[in-house]
Amino acid sequence: MALSARNLSLALGGRPVLDAVSATFVPGRVTAILGANGAGKSTLLRALAALVPAAGVTLDGSDVAGLDPRERARTIGYLPQDAAVHWNMRVRDLVALGRLPHGGGGDAAVDAALAATDTIALAPRTVRSLSGGERARVLLARVLAGEPRWLLADEPLASLDPLHQLQTLALLRAAAGRGMGVVVVLHDLTLAARIADDIVLLKDGRVLGSGTPGQVLTETRIAVGYGIEATLVAHPDGPVIVPRLPI
Amino acid sequence: MSPLRLHVALAMLVVLLFAASLTIGKASVPLDAWWSADPRFAIIAELRLPRAALATLLGASLGLSGAVLQGWLRNPLADPGVLGVSSAAALGAVAAIVLGQAGGWGIFAAAMACAAGGLALLAALTWRAETPAAFVLAGTVLASLAAALTAFLISLAPDPYAVAAAIDWLMGALTDRGVEDLMQAAPFMVAGCALLLLTGRSLDALTLGTDAARSLGISLSRLQLLVIAGAGLCVGAGVAVTGVVGFVGLVVPHLLRPVIGARPSALLVPSALGGAALVLAADALCRLAPGAGEVRLGVAMALIGAPFFLALLLGERGRSWR
Repeated sequence: MALSARNLSLALGGRPVLDAVSATFVPGRVTAILGANGAGKSTLLRALAALVPAAGVTLDGSDVAGLDPRERARTIGYLPQDAAVHWNMRVRDLVALGRLPHGGGGDAAVDAALAATDTIALAPRTVRSLSGGERARVLLARVLAGEPRWLLADEPLASLDPLHQLQTLALLRAAAGRGMGVVVVLHDLTLAARIADDIVLLKDGRVLGSGTPGQVLTETRIAVGYGIEATLVAHPDGPVIVPRLPI
Repeated sequence: MSPLRLHVALAMLVVLLFAASLTIGKASVPLDAWWSADPRFAIIAELRLPRAALATLLGASLGLSGAVLQGWLRNPLADPGVLGVSSAAALGAVAAIVLGQAGGWGIFAAAMACAAGGLALLAALTWRAETPAAFVLAGTVLASLAAALTAFLISLAPDPYAVAAAIDWLMGALTDRGVEDLMQAAPFMVAGCALLLLTGRSLDALTLGTDAARSLGISLSRLQLLVIAGAGLCVGAGVAVTGVVGFVGLVVPHLLRPVIGARPSALLVPSALGGAALVLAADALCRLAPGAGEVRLGVAMALIGAPFFLALLLGERGRSWR
C-alpha cells in the first residue's frame, strides 16, 4: 500500500533530471522532498503523479502510468507549483474543479475543503481579488475537495504568511493522520524538519539521503546538498536550522 | 441571474429575432399573405426562412467556437479565425469561383476540402505542441499562407466578373442564401457544435494549467482533437456558404462573461445562443440599410467588431499595467 519510485531515471529536453531515484512513500505519513534548485524535486513529484512519462513508479504495486486516468485522478491529488488561474472564476467554482474526477457534485466535500483551508469566507469572491496567500490556500482546497488518497503538493507553503504556513502544515499533518499519503516539496528546512515523518533529499537528480528528519538533515548532508553551512539549534518543536554562506 | 433564467432569456431573444428576421426585408409581405395562397409568401418560405435558419446556425456555431477556443487557448483575444481555418476555407471558395466551378456544390466542396487541408496542416504544425502559443502561431502561418494564395488566385482570374464575384463572396453575406445552402452547411455545423459541447469540463480543468488538468484525469490530446475538429467543421461550413464573417466568436463570449462568470463550461451554450442572436440581429440590420442593395454581413460584423476588439485590447493592456 505505498507509492514507490524504483530506479527512476528521467531526462527532459535531453537533459538528465532524475538519475536512478528510488524512494517509497507510505500512507499516513508526511514525506518532504528537499533539495537545491534544479535538484529534481518537482520532476520527481510530477513523475509520481504520472505527469511525465516515467517507468518505475508504482502505486500499491501497479504501474501508475497504466492506471485509468480518472481513477488515478481520484486517487492522487496533485497541487502544481504554478499558481496561475487563467480565468477569473469564483472561488467556490474553482474549488469544485477538484470534483471533476468524480463527475462533479460533492458539495459536502467542497465545503469541507473550504473549511479545512480557512477559505469559506472567500468562496463568493473571484480569484483575481485574492492575495497570493489566499490563492495558495484556495488551490490547496481544490485538491482536497477531490478527497484523494494521496496528496502531492509542490511548494504549498510558498507565498503563505507564517500563520497560514503553520495552519497548512497542521492541515497536512491532520490529512496524514486520517490515512492520506502526503508528499510535499519544501524549501524551508526548519519547517520540513518539523512537519515531515520522512525526508528524501535530492542533489543533481540523485537521492542524497532518505529517512527521518534526524537521519537526513545533518549539517554534513545539508552542506553537500545545498552548498551552505548550517547550524542545527535544538528546540522542543524540532531543530531550527540556521543557514550561512560557506566560508 | 441564474444560469437557467439566462438560457431561457437568450433562447427567447433568439426566437424573437428569428421571427423579426422573417418580417424584415426590402419587399413588404403583409401578415395576411402568410396564411393565404399569396405568391409573396414564397419570399418568406424560400428566402427569409432558410436565411434566418442559416443565420441562427452560423451565429451559434461561431459563438460556440469562440467560447471554446478562448477557453482552450486560455486567451480572451482568441476567435475562430485564430486557427486559420476560415482563411483556408475562403481560399477554396475563391478557387472554385475563379476556376469557374461555382455552381451546385462547387464552392461548398472546394471550401470544405481546403478547410480540411488547413486542419491537417495545423495538426502537422502543432504535433505534440503543448503551449497555446504554438497553435496561435501555426494558425497565423496558415491564415497568412491562405490569404496570399487567395490574392494570387484572384490575380489570375480570367475576367473582371470572376474577380468581382470572388471579392463579393469574401465579404461574407447571407444575401440570397437558400434552402440548398442551409442543407449543405447544417450537418457540418451541427456535428461541429456537438463536438464542441463535449469540451466543457476539460476547458474548466484547463483553467488551472495543463499539469493540473491532466492530474484531474483530463486527456489533453482528446480535447485538442475535439476543439480542432469541432471548430474546423463549424468555421469551414460557415465560410463555405456565407463567406468570411468575423468577430462573432470574439465578441459574444466577452459580452456574456460579466453576466455569467468566467467558468468556460458555463459560457458554451449561452455563447451559442448569443452568437445566433447577434448574427440574426446584424443580418436584419443589413437588410434595413437604405438603397437597393444590402450591407454585407461580414462588413457589418467587422464594423462592430473592430472597435470592440480595440477596446478589449486596451482593457487587457491596462490590466497588465496595474
